[in-house]
Amino acid sequence: MDKEKYKKIVKEFTPKENKSKNAFLAFLIGGFVGAIAEVIVTILNHCFALARGDAYFWTCLIVIFTSCLLTALGFFDNWVTKAKAGLILPTTGFAHSITSAALDYKRDGFITGIGANFFKLAGSVILYGMISGFFFAILGVIFYG
Amino acid sequence: MNYLSAFLFSGIACFFAQVLLDNTKLTPGHVTSIFTVFGAFFAFLGIYDKFIAFAGAGATTIISNFGYSLYKGAYLGFQEQGIIGLFSGLLSRSSCAITGAVLFSFLFVLIFKPKD
Repeated sequence: MDKEKYKKIVKEFTPKENKSKNAFLAFLIGGFVGAIAEVIVTILNHCFALARGDAYFWTCLIVIFTSCLLTALGFFDNWVTKAKAGLILPTTGFAHSITSAALDYKRDGFITGIGANFFKLAGSVILYGMISGFFFAILGVIFYG
Repeated sequence: MNYLSAFLFSGIACFFAQVLLDNTKLTPGHVTSIFTVFGAFFAFLGIYDKFIAFAGAGATTIISNFGYSLYKGAYLGFQEQGIIGLFSGLLSRSSCAITGAVLFSFLFVLIFKPKD
């Protein structure tokens, strides 16, 4: 069988993803995560008398804690496959990628398993975030003083 | 109304991420990296402060906030300590997210076993 024909057959049998449904679901779930975070910030702000700036950090920690716990318990993987970007783009995705990578390689030991694969997925975010943050900060210093 | 704007902002960001994922060959790693870099870029333009004023936690929960806090840390570090502040300040504000993710992940990985 020649390659072109093969490609055609593969294309025919690849299940088509409903793109608009995916995008709508990502919008709903991503928005839901943001709204819940805002609720937590408001609660911390009013009931615990935290300044809004500190409340953001606490909320960030709470969101990370929750998604790490849910990933370790095994719920989060299914949710991410369904909600996709809705859970990947918020900080939940960052925490999920670290925990799931560490969990997957746990059987390879502490150094070659957990240690070597800890930042396997989150590493690119940290790397390019730091590089771009550093150079934009230099630009900021030049432009704004 | 704050909740609605948080919902809208975070939702629209996730919507764009999903459109990128579906219509290009980019992986989730690419998309989150792109959003982080754009967070730093918008922070440089001074727009991200307005996003946070508008959407509150909706803007601080998405990964772009990581780029924003990296930029902000380095920029404010320079104001306080000069050139060395760029280096020592870069991670100061994002330390919360990184330390939290590392600590909780490690603790939970020690406690729980992989599913299969």
